[in-house]
Amino acid sequence: MAADTGRLTGTPPAVRVRDLYRDFGPGRTVLRGLDLDVAPGEFVALIGRSGTGKSTLLRALAGLDRDVAGHGEVTVPDSVSVVFQDSRLLPWKRILPNVVFGSRAPDAVVRGERALAEVGLAGRERAWPHELSGGEQQRASLARSLVRQPELLLADEPFGALDALTRIRMHALLRRLCETHRPAVLLVTHDVDEAIVLADRVILLDDGVVHTDVRVELPHRSPADPAFAELRAYLLDRLGVHDEDVPAGRRAAA
Amino acid sequence: MTAAVDTRVVRRRLGPGRRIRLAFWVGPVLLLAVWALGSAFGVISPAILTAPWDVLTAFRDQWVEHDLLGNVLASLARAGLGLAFGALAGTVLAVVSGLSRWGESLIDGPIQIKRSVPTLALIPLFIAWFGIGQEMKVVTIALISMIPIYVNTHNGLRGIDGRYAELAETLAIGRGEFVRHVVLPGALPGFLLGLRFAVTSSLLGLVVVEQYNATSGVGHMMTLAEQYGQTDVLVVGLVIYGVFGFLADATVRLTERKVLTWRRTLDG
Repeated sequence: MAADTGRLTGTPPAVRVRDLYRDFGPGRTVLRGLDLDVAPGEFVALIGRSGTGKSTLLRALAGLDRDVAGHGEVTVPDSVSVVFQDSRLLPWKRILPNVVFGSRAPDAVVRGERALAEVGLAGRERAWPHELSGGEQQRASLARSLVRQPELLLADEPFGALDALTRIRMHALLRRLCETHRPAVLLVTHDVDEAIVLADRVILLDDGVVHTDVRVELPHRSPADPAFAELRAYLLDRLGVHDEDVPAGRRAAA
Repeated sequence: MTAAVDTRVVRRRLGPGRRIRLAFWVGPVLLLAVWALGSAFGVISPAILTAPWDVLTAFRDQWVEHDLLGNVLASLARAGLGLAFGALAGTVLAVVSGLSRWGESLIDGPIQIKRSVPTLALIPLFIAWFGIGQEMKVVTIALISMIPIYVNTHNGLRGIDGRYAELAETLAIGRGEFVRHVVLPGALPGFLLGLRFAVTSSLLGLVVVEQYNATSGVGHMMTLAEQYGQTDVLVVGLVIYGVFGFLADATVRLTERKVLTWRRTLDG
Protein backbone atom coordinates (compact mmCIF):
# COMPACT_ATOMS: atom_id res chain seq x y z
CA MET A 1 0.00 0.00 0.00
CA ALA A 2 2.78 2.41 -0.90
CA ALA A 3 1.38 5.89 -1.22
CA ASP A 4 2.20 7.79 -4.37
CA THR A 5 2.73 11.03 -2.55
CA GLY A 6 4.90 12.51 -5.28
CA ARG A 7 2.30 11.99 -7.93
CA LEU A 8 -0.44 13.40 -5.74
CA THR A 9 1.35 16.71 -5.36
CA GLY A 10 2.12 16.85 -9.04
CA THR A 11 5.94 17.03 -8.68
CA PRO A 12 8.20 14.10 -9.56
CA PRO A 13 9.31 12.22 -6.46
CA ALA A 14 12.80 12.75 -5.05
CA VAL A 15 13.15 9.04 -4.52
CA ARG A 16 11.54 6.43 -6.70
CA VAL A 17 12.03 2.75 -6.05
CA ARG A 18 10.31 0.08 -8.10
CA ASP A 19 10.35 -3.67 -7.69
CA LEU A 20 13.62 -3.68 -5.78
CA TYR A 21 15.21 -7.02 -4.90
CA ARG A 22 18.31 -7.54 -2.80
CA ASP A 23 19.65 -10.98 -2.18
CA PHE A 24 22.44 -11.95 0.26
CA GLY A 25 22.52 -15.60 -0.76
CA PRO A 26 20.19 -18.61 -0.77
CA GLY A 27 17.25 -18.08 1.56
CA ARG A 28 18.46 -14.62 2.48
CA THR A 29 16.48 -12.44 0.14
CA VAL A 30 16.11 -9.23 2.12
CA LEU A 31 14.15 -7.00 -0.25
CA ARG A 32 11.39 -8.64 -2.31
CA GLY A 33 9.96 -6.31 -4.89
CA LEU A 34 9.84 -3.15 -2.81
CA ASP A 35 8.12 -0.02 -4.16
CA LEU A 36 8.60 3.39 -2.59
CA ASP A 37 8.20 7.05 -3.50
CA VAL A 38 9.43 9.94 -1.39
CA ALA A 39 8.38 13.46 -2.35
CA PRO A 40 10.90 16.33 -2.35
CA GLY A 41 11.20 17.71 1.16
CA GLU A 42 9.28 14.85 2.69
CA PHE A 43 10.52 13.31 5.93
CA VAL A 44 10.01 9.56 5.94
CA ALA A 45 10.84 7.31 8.86
CA LEU A 46 11.54 3.67 8.12
CA ILE A 47 10.77 1.24 10.92
CA GLY A 48 10.66 -2.50 11.13
CA ARG A 49 12.06 -5.40 13.09
CA SER A 50 15.69 -6.42 12.71
CA GLY A 51 16.48 -8.02 9.38
CA THR A 52 13.46 -6.65 7.52
CA GLY A 53 15.62 -4.77 5.05
CA LYS A 54 15.65 -1.18 6.41
CA SER A 55 19.38 -0.75 6.22
CA THR A 56 19.57 -2.73 2.98
CA LEU A 57 17.12 -0.29 1.38
CA LEU A 58 19.07 2.68 2.71
CA ARG A 59 22.36 1.29 1.43
CA ALA A 60 20.76 0.64 -1.96
CA LEU A 61 19.68 4.29 -2.12
CA ALA A 62 23.14 5.43 -1.01
CA GLY A 63 24.77 3.30 -3.69
CA LEU A 64 26.71 1.35 -1.09
CA ASP A 65 25.61 -2.12 -2.15
CA ARG A 66 27.54 -2.73 -5.33
CA ASP A 67 28.57 -6.21 -4.22
CA VAL A 68 25.03 -7.29 -3.40
CA ALA A 69 22.98 -9.34 -5.84
CA GLY A 70 19.62 -7.95 -6.88
CA HIS A 71 17.70 -5.91 -9.39
CA GLY A 72 15.07 -3.20 -9.54
CA GLU A 73 14.76 0.45 -10.33
CA VAL A 74 16.19 3.10 -8.02
CA THR A 75 16.09 6.82 -8.77
CA VAL A 76 17.66 9.25 -6.34
CA PRO A 77 18.63 12.94 -6.67
CA ASP A 78 22.17 13.95 -7.65
CA SER A 79 22.99 15.25 -4.22
CA VAL A 80 22.63 12.61 -1.55
CA SER A 81 24.10 12.75 1.96
CA VAL A 82 24.37 9.90 4.40
CA VAL A 83 24.43 10.14 8.19
CA PHE A 84 25.65 6.95 9.84
CA GLN A 85 25.02 5.63 13.31
CA ASP A 86 28.58 6.52 14.21
CA SER A 87 29.71 10.01 13.31
CA ARG A 88 32.50 8.67 11.11
CA LEU A 89 34.63 11.75 11.53
CA LEU A 90 38.21 11.15 10.39
CA PRO A 91 40.19 11.17 13.64
CA TRP A 92 43.20 12.81 11.98
CA LYS A 93 41.28 15.83 10.73
CA ARG A 94 40.03 18.70 12.84
CA ILE A 95 36.29 19.34 12.85
CA LEU A 96 36.06 21.94 10.09
CA PRO A 97 38.19 19.96 7.58
CA ASN A 98 36.05 16.95 8.45
CA VAL A 99 32.86 18.87 7.74
CA VAL A 100 34.05 20.16 4.37
CA PHE A 101 35.83 16.91 3.45
CA GLY A 102 35.13 16.09 -0.19
CA SER A 103 33.22 19.32 -0.81
CA ARG A 104 34.43 20.94 -4.01
CA ALA A 105 32.56 24.22 -3.59
CA PRO A 106 34.93 27.21 -3.72
CA ASP A 107 33.32 28.65 -0.59
CA ALA A 108 33.41 25.30 1.21
CA VAL A 109 35.10 26.74 4.30
CA VAL A 110 32.50 29.48 4.74
CA ARG A 111 29.72 26.97 4.23
CA GLY A 112 31.35 24.57 6.65
CA GLU A 113 31.56 27.27 9.31
CA ARG A 114 27.93 28.18 8.71
CA ALA A 115 26.86 24.54 8.95
CA LEU A 116 28.79 24.12 12.20
CA ALA A 117 27.10 27.22 13.60
CA GLU A 118 23.73 25.80 12.58
CA VAL A 119 24.30 22.62 14.57
CA GLY A 120 25.55 24.64 17.54
CA LEU A 121 29.24 23.89 17.14
CA ALA A 122 30.49 27.39 16.33
CA GLY A 123 33.93 27.84 17.85
CA ARG A 124 34.79 24.14 17.73
CA GLU A 125 36.17 24.26 14.18
CA ARG A 126 39.72 23.51 15.33
CA ALA A 127 38.83 20.75 17.79
CA TRP A 128 39.86 17.15 17.18
CA PRO A 129 36.99 14.66 16.88
CA HIS A 130 38.01 12.84 20.05
CA GLU A 131 37.64 16.08 21.99
CA LEU A 132 33.89 16.20 21.25
CA SER A 133 31.17 14.29 23.08
CA GLY A 134 29.18 11.64 21.25
CA GLY A 135 26.31 14.05 20.63
CA GLU A 136 28.66 16.78 19.39
CA GLN A 137 30.35 14.33 17.04
CA GLN A 138 26.99 13.37 15.61
CA ARG A 139 26.11 17.05 15.20
CA ALA A 140 29.38 17.56 13.32
CA SER A 141 28.46 14.68 11.05
CA LEU A 142 25.06 16.34 10.46
CA ALA A 143 26.92 19.52 9.54
CA ARG A 144 29.05 17.52 7.11
CA SER A 145 25.92 16.22 5.39
CA LEU A 146 24.35 19.73 5.27
CA VAL A 147 27.38 21.37 3.65
CA ARG A 148 26.65 19.37 0.53
CA GLN A 149 23.10 20.81 0.34
CA PRO A 150 21.54 17.39 -0.15
CA GLU A 151 18.25 16.87 -1.90
CA LEU A 152 18.09 13.54 -0.12
CA LEU A 153 19.34 12.84 3.38
CA LEU A 154 19.74 9.19 4.32
CA ALA A 155 20.15 8.51 8.02
CA ASP A 156 20.78 5.04 9.41
CA GLU A 157 19.84 5.14 13.09
CA PRO A 158 21.80 8.35 13.56
CA PHE A 159 20.86 8.68 17.21
CA GLY A 160 21.08 5.00 18.12
CA ALA A 161 24.28 5.39 20.10
CA LEU A 162 23.27 8.54 21.99
CA ASP A 163 21.83 8.84 25.48
CA ALA A 164 18.14 9.65 25.89
CA LEU A 165 18.54 13.35 26.73
CA THR A 166 20.98 14.05 23.89
CA ARG A 167 18.63 12.19 21.61
CA ILE A 168 15.73 14.53 22.44
CA ARG A 169 17.90 17.54 21.69
CA MET A 170 19.07 15.98 18.45
CA HIS A 171 15.46 15.36 17.41
CA ALA A 172 14.64 19.04 17.75
CA LEU A 173 17.83 19.98 15.89
CA LEU A 174 17.17 17.58 13.03
CA ARG A 175 13.59 18.79 12.60
CA ARG A 176 14.73 22.40 12.58
CA LEU A 177 17.47 21.68 10.03
CA CYS A 178 15.09 19.80 7.79
CA GLU A 179 12.54 22.61 7.92
CA THR A 180 15.26 25.06 6.88
CA HIS A 181 16.91 23.02 4.15
CA ARG A 182 13.97 20.89 3.02
CA PRO A 183 15.81 17.77 1.83
CA ALA A 184 13.82 14.61 1.37
CA VAL A 185 14.74 12.47 4.38
CA LEU A 186 14.76 8.74 4.86
CA LEU A 187 15.47 7.92 8.48
CA VAL A 188 15.95 4.34 9.60
CA THR A 189 15.10 3.88 13.24
CA HIS A 190 14.19 1.21 15.75
CA ASP A 191 12.35 3.70 17.86
CA VAL A 192 8.65 4.13 17.07
CA ASP A 193 8.44 7.30 19.18
CA GLU A 194 11.37 8.80 17.29
CA ALA A 195 9.64 8.01 14.01
CA ILE A 196 6.41 9.70 15.07
CA VAL A 197 8.16 12.74 16.56
CA LEU A 198 10.24 13.39 13.46
CA ALA A 199 8.55 12.13 10.35
CA ASP A 200 5.80 13.28 8.00
CA ARG A 201 5.27 9.67 7.08
CA VAL A 202 6.12 6.40 8.77
CA ILE A 203 6.81 3.32 6.68
CA LEU A 204 6.98 -0.10 8.21
CA LEU A 205 8.97 -2.72 6.34
CA ASP A 206 8.26 -6.37 6.81
CA ASP A 207 9.62 -9.29 4.88
CA GLY A 208 11.28 -7.04 2.33
CA VAL A 209 8.25 -4.99 1.28
CA VAL A 210 6.37 -1.95 2.55
CA HIS A 211 3.92 -3.39 5.03
CA THR A 212 2.39 -0.23 6.46
CA ASP A 213 2.53 3.35 5.24
CA VAL A 214 0.95 6.07 7.38
CA ARG A 215 1.06 9.86 7.34
CA VAL A 216 1.73 11.52 10.64
CA GLU A 217 -0.79 14.31 11.00
CA LEU A 218 -0.56 15.34 14.60
CA PRO A 219 -1.10 18.90 15.78
CA HIS A 220 1.34 18.39 18.65
CA ARG A 221 4.11 15.87 18.31
CA SER A 222 4.06 15.14 21.97
CA PRO A 223 3.72 11.73 23.58
CA ALA A 224 1.13 13.37 25.83
CA ASP A 225 -1.18 13.81 22.85
CA PRO A 226 -3.78 10.99 22.77
CA ALA A 227 -3.46 10.84 18.97
CA PHE A 228 0.27 10.23 19.41
CA ALA A 229 -0.41 7.32 21.74
CA GLU A 230 -2.97 5.95 19.33
CA LEU A 231 -0.60 6.04 16.37
CA ARG A 232 2.13 4.56 18.51
CA ALA A 233 -0.08 1.70 19.62
CA TYR A 234 -1.11 1.11 16.02
CA LEU A 235 2.47 0.96 14.77
CA LEU A 236 3.60 -1.22 17.65
CA ASP A 237 0.74 -3.56 16.92
CA ARG A 238 1.83 -3.69 13.29
CA LEU A 239 5.36 -4.48 14.46
CA GLY A 240 3.95 -7.41 16.39
CA VAL A 241 4.36 -5.82 19.81
CA HIS A 242 1.05 -6.22 21.60
CA ASP A 243 -0.36 -4.58 24.66
CA GLU A 244 0.56 -7.42 26.97
CA ASP A 245 4.25 -7.03 25.97
CA VAL A 246 4.34 -3.42 27.15
CA PRO A 247 5.19 -2.96 30.83
CA ALA A 248 2.40 -1.43 32.90
CA GLY A 249 4.35 1.76 33.56
CA ARG A 250 4.88 2.45 29.86
CA ARG A 251 1.26 1.64 29.13
CA ALA A 252 0.07 4.24 31.63
CA ALA A 253 2.47 6.82 30.19
CA ALA A 254 1.25 6.11 26.70
CA MET B 1 29.08 31.96 46.54
CA THR B 2 32.78 31.39 46.19
CA ALA B 3 33.70 29.15 43.37
CA ALA B 4 36.61 26.92 44.22
CA VAL B 5 38.73 26.18 41.20
CA ASP B 6 39.38 22.48 40.95
CA THR B 7 43.01 22.16 39.97
CA ARG B 8 43.28 18.43 40.40
CA VAL B 9 44.65 16.71 37.36
CA VAL B 10 42.71 13.63 36.51
CA ARG B 11 44.92 10.69 35.66
CA ARG B 12 43.99 7.27 34.54
CA ARG B 13 44.57 4.87 37.38
CA LEU B 14 45.82 2.18 35.02
CA GLY B 15 47.77 4.61 32.84
CA PRO B 16 51.57 4.75 32.98
CA GLY B 17 51.47 7.68 35.42
CA ARG B 18 52.61 11.26 35.16
CA ARG B 19 55.26 12.35 32.66
CA ILE B 20 58.84 12.39 33.91
CA ARG B 21 60.94 15.41 33.02
CA LEU B 22 63.75 14.56 30.56
CA ALA B 23 62.53 10.97 30.75
CA PHE B 24 64.34 10.07 27.56
CA TRP B 25 67.76 10.79 29.10
CA VAL B 26 67.41 8.95 32.39
CA GLY B 27 68.46 5.54 31.05
CA PRO B 28 71.47 6.68 28.95
CA VAL B 29 72.82 8.92 31.72
CA LEU B 30 72.55 6.07 34.22
CA LEU B 31 74.44 3.79 31.83
CA LEU B 32 77.19 6.40 31.42
CA ALA B 33 77.45 6.79 35.19
CA VAL B 34 77.89 3.04 35.70
CA TRP B 35 80.59 2.98 33.01
CA ALA B 36 82.46 5.93 34.55
CA LEU B 37 82.24 4.64 38.12
CA GLY B 38 83.24 1.14 37.06
CA SER B 39 86.33 2.49 35.29
CA ALA B 40 87.26 4.84 38.14
CA PHE B 41 87.12 2.11 40.75
CA GLY B 42 88.90 -0.44 38.58
CA VAL B 43 85.87 -2.73 38.29
CA ILE B 44 86.03 -2.36 34.50
CA SER B 45 89.61 -2.90 33.36
CA PRO B 46 90.88 -0.77 30.41
CA ALA B 47 91.55 -4.01 28.50
CA ILE B 48 87.84 -4.81 28.60
CA LEU B 49 86.46 -1.31 28.03
CA THR B 50 88.34 1.96 27.80
CA ALA B 51 87.37 4.51 30.45
CA PRO B 52 85.09 7.35 29.31
CA TRP B 53 87.82 10.01 29.72
CA ASP B 54 90.28 7.97 27.64
CA VAL B 55 87.61 7.71 24.98
CA LEU B 56 87.29 11.50 25.12
CA THR B 57 91.04 11.84 24.59
CA ALA B 58 90.89 9.42 21.67
CA PHE B 59 87.93 11.37 20.32
CA ARG B 60 89.88 14.63 20.41
CA ASP B 61 92.86 12.95 18.81
CA GLN B 62 90.72 11.53 16.00
CA TRP B 63 88.98 14.87 15.51
CA VAL B 64 92.22 16.82 15.24
CA GLU B 65 94.52 14.31 13.55
CA HIS B 66 92.28 12.03 11.49
CA ASP B 67 89.32 14.07 10.21
CA LEU B 68 86.71 12.48 12.46
CA LEU B 69 84.10 15.02 11.35
CA GLY B 70 84.64 14.03 7.72
CA ASN B 71 84.22 10.37 8.63
CA VAL B 72 81.05 11.07 10.58
CA LEU B 73 79.56 13.10 7.73
CA ALA B 74 80.46 10.42 5.19
CA SER B 75 78.73 7.78 7.31
CA LEU B 76 75.69 9.98 7.89
CA ALA B 77 75.36 10.67 4.17
CA ARG B 78 75.48 6.94 3.43
CA ALA B 79 72.94 6.00 6.08
CA GLY B 80 70.70 8.96 5.28
CA LEU B 81 70.70 8.32 1.56
CA GLY B 82 70.00 4.62 2.02
CA LEU B 83 67.26 5.34 4.55
CA ALA B 84 65.64 7.92 2.27
CA PHE B 85 65.52 5.51 -0.68
CA GLY B 86 64.36 2.68 1.57
CA ALA B 87 61.60 4.76 3.18
CA LEU B 88 60.34 5.96 -0.18
CA ALA B 89 60.37 2.50 -1.74
CA GLY B 90 58.81 0.90 1.35
CA THR B 91 55.99 3.45 1.47
CA VAL B 92 55.18 3.31 -2.23
CA LEU B 93 55.20 -0.50 -2.25
CA ALA B 94 53.05 -0.62 0.90
CA VAL B 95 50.46 1.75 -0.55
CA VAL B 96 50.28 -0.08 -3.89
CA SER B 97 50.12 -3.45 -2.20
CA GLY B 98 47.63 -2.24 0.40
CA LEU B 99 45.22 -0.63 -2.03
CA SER B 100 44.96 -3.17 -4.81
CA ARG B 101 44.63 -6.91 -4.81
CA TRP B 102 46.87 -7.13 -7.86
CA GLY B 103 49.48 -4.99 -6.21
CA GLU B 104 49.39 -7.17 -3.15
CA SER B 105 49.74 -10.41 -5.08
CA LEU B 106 52.67 -8.99 -7.02
CA ILE B 107 54.49 -7.22 -4.21
CA ASP B 108 53.70 -8.83 -0.90
CA GLY B 109 55.08 -12.28 -1.71
CA PRO B 110 58.51 -11.15 -2.89
CA ILE B 111 58.83 -8.81 0.10
CA GLN B 112 57.96 -11.53 2.58
CA ILE B 113 60.54 -13.80 0.91
CA LYS B 114 63.09 -10.99 0.92
CA ARG B 115 62.30 -10.45 4.59
CA SER B 116 63.39 -13.96 5.48
CA VAL B 117 66.69 -13.60 3.59
CA PRO B 118 69.13 -11.59 5.71
CA THR B 119 70.18 -8.59 3.62
CA LEU B 120 73.70 -8.91 4.97
CA ALA B 121 73.90 -12.30 3.24
CA LEU B 122 73.14 -10.54 -0.03
CA ILE B 123 76.16 -8.26 0.21
CA PRO B 124 78.46 -10.55 -1.82
CA LEU B 125 75.87 -10.52 -4.59
CA PHE B 126 75.54 -6.74 -4.41
CA ILE B 127 79.30 -6.43 -4.64
CA ALA B 128 79.15 -8.46 -7.84
CA TRP B 129 76.38 -6.20 -9.16
CA PHE B 130 77.33 -2.77 -7.93
CA GLY B 131 81.02 -3.08 -7.15
CA ILE B 132 82.49 -2.16 -3.79
CA GLY B 133 81.80 1.56 -4.00
CA GLN B 134 79.08 3.82 -2.67
CA GLU B 135 76.23 2.27 -4.75
CA MET B 136 76.55 -1.12 -3.10
CA LYS B 137 76.54 0.50 0.32
CA VAL B 138 73.51 2.69 -0.33
CA VAL B 139 71.53 -0.13 -1.96
CA THR B 140 72.21 -2.45 0.96
CA ILE B 141 71.12 0.15 3.52
CA ALA B 142 68.04 1.01 1.43
CA LEU B 143 66.99 -2.63 1.24
CA ILE B 144 67.50 -3.16 4.95
CA SER B 145 65.48 -0.10 5.94
CA MET B 146 62.75 -0.67 3.36
CA ILE B 147 61.45 -3.83 5.01
CA PRO B 148 60.28 -2.43 8.38
CA ILE B 149 58.76 0.59 6.60
CA TYR B 150 56.88 -1.67 4.22
CA VAL B 151 55.66 -4.10 6.86
CA ASN B 152 54.44 -1.47 9.31
CA THR B 153 52.96 0.90 6.75
CA HIS B 154 51.15 -1.98 5.07
CA ASN B 155 49.87 -3.14 8.43
CA GLY B 156 48.72 0.36 9.37
CA LEU B 157 47.02 0.72 6.03
CA ARG B 158 45.16 -2.54 6.32
CA GLY B 159 44.07 -1.51 9.80
CA ILE B 160 42.23 1.57 8.54
CA ASP B 161 38.57 1.21 9.36
CA GLY B 162 36.60 0.11 6.29
CA ARG B 163 33.82 2.45 7.40
CA TYR B 164 35.97 5.41 6.33
CA ALA B 165 36.11 3.98 2.82
CA GLU B 166 32.32 3.74 2.92
CA LEU B 167 32.08 7.35 4.06
CA ALA B 168 34.43 8.41 1.27
CA GLU B 169 32.16 6.66 -1.22
CA THR B 170 29.09 8.51 0.00
CA LEU B 171 31.05 11.77 -0.24
CA ALA B 172 31.99 10.89 -3.83
CA ILE B 173 35.71 11.17 -3.06
CA GLY B 174 38.11 10.31 -5.88
CA ARG B 175 40.88 7.74 -5.60
CA GLY B 176 43.63 10.32 -5.28
CA GLU B 177 41.84 12.29 -2.59
CA PHE B 178 41.03 9.07 -0.78
CA VAL B 179 44.71 8.13 -0.68
CA ARG B 180 45.76 11.61 0.42
CA HIS B 181 43.13 12.25 3.08
CA VAL B 182 42.26 8.80 4.36
CA VAL B 183 44.89 6.21 3.46
CA LEU B 184 48.11 8.11 4.11
CA PRO B 185 47.07 9.79 7.39
CA GLY B 186 45.57 6.50 8.54
CA ALA B 187 48.77 4.63 7.76
CA LEU B 188 51.00 7.33 9.27
CA PRO B 189 51.25 5.78 12.76
CA GLY B 190 52.37 2.51 11.16
CA PHE B 191 54.82 4.32 8.90
CA LEU B 192 56.41 6.16 11.81
CA LEU B 193 56.77 2.96 13.80
CA GLY B 194 58.40 1.41 10.74
CA LEU B 195 60.66 4.43 10.44
CA ARG B 196 61.93 3.91 13.98
CA PHE B 197 62.90 0.35 13.14
CA ALA B 198 64.30 1.43 9.80
CA VAL B 199 66.56 4.05 11.36
CA THR B 200 68.13 1.41 13.58
CA SER B 201 68.38 -1.05 10.69
CA SER B 202 70.06 1.53 8.46
CA LEU B 203 72.78 2.00 11.10
CA LEU B 204 73.18 -1.74 11.37
CA GLY B 205 73.63 -1.89 7.62
CA LEU B 206 76.03 1.03 7.79
CA VAL B 207 78.30 -0.75 10.25
CA VAL B 208 78.50 -3.79 8.01
CA VAL B 209 78.92 -2.11 4.62
CA GLU B 210 81.61 0.21 5.92
CA GLN B 211 83.79 -2.84 6.57
CA TYR B 212 83.97 -3.29 2.80
CA ASN B 213 86.64 -1.20 1.16
CA ALA B 214 85.60 2.05 2.78
CA THR B 215 88.04 4.92 2.48
CA SER B 216 86.03 7.16 4.75
CA GLY B 217 83.36 6.83 7.41
CA VAL B 218 83.15 5.69 10.99
CA GLY B 219 83.44 2.05 9.91
CA HIS B 220 86.66 2.84 8.05
CA MET B 221 88.03 4.48 11.18
CA MET B 222 87.12 1.43 13.22
CA THR B 223 88.65 -0.99 10.73
CA LEU B 224 91.93 0.86 10.99
CA ALA B 225 91.71 0.93 14.79
CA GLU B 226 91.11 -2.80 14.78
CA GLN B 227 94.28 -3.33 12.73
CA TYR B 228 96.35 -1.15 15.07
CA GLY B 229 94.74 -2.54 18.23
CA GLN B 230 93.37 0.85 19.35
CA THR B 231 90.54 -0.14 21.69
CA ASP B 232 89.89 3.48 22.63
CA VAL B 233 89.24 4.42 19.00
CA LEU B 234 86.93 1.41 18.63
CA VAL B 235 84.91 2.70 21.57
CA VAL B 236 84.83 6.17 19.97
CA GLY B 237 83.27 4.55 16.89
CA LEU B 238 80.79 2.59 18.99
CA VAL B 239 79.79 5.69 20.92
CA ILE B 240 79.27 7.58 17.65
CA TYR B 241 77.06 4.79 16.31
CA GLY B 242 75.15 4.84 19.59
CA VAL B 243 74.68 8.61 19.45
CA PHE B 244 73.51 8.34 15.83
CA GLY B 245 70.90 5.77 16.76
CA PHE B 246 69.78 7.59 19.84
CA LEU B 247 69.39 10.95 18.11
CA ALA B 248 67.68 9.43 15.10
CA ASP B 249 65.19 7.59 17.28
CA ALA B 250 64.58 10.74 19.35
CA THR B 251 63.93 12.70 16.17
CA VAL B 252 61.39 10.19 14.91
CA ARG B 253 59.68 10.06 18.29
CA LEU B 254 59.45 13.85 18.42
CA THR B 255 58.02 13.89 14.91
CA GLU B 256 55.56 11.22 15.97
CA ARG B 257 54.35 13.34 18.87
CA LYS B 258 53.99 16.42 16.67
CA VAL B 259 52.32 14.69 13.75
CA LEU B 260 50.01 12.40 15.66
CA THR B 261 48.45 14.95 18.00
CA TRP B 262 45.05 13.65 16.96
CA ARG B 263 45.65 10.37 18.68
CA ARG B 264 44.47 9.78 22.20
CA THR B 265 46.40 6.92 23.68
CA LEU B 266 47.72 5.91 27.08
CA ASP B 267 50.70 8.09 26.24
CA GLY B 268 48.65 11.31 26.31
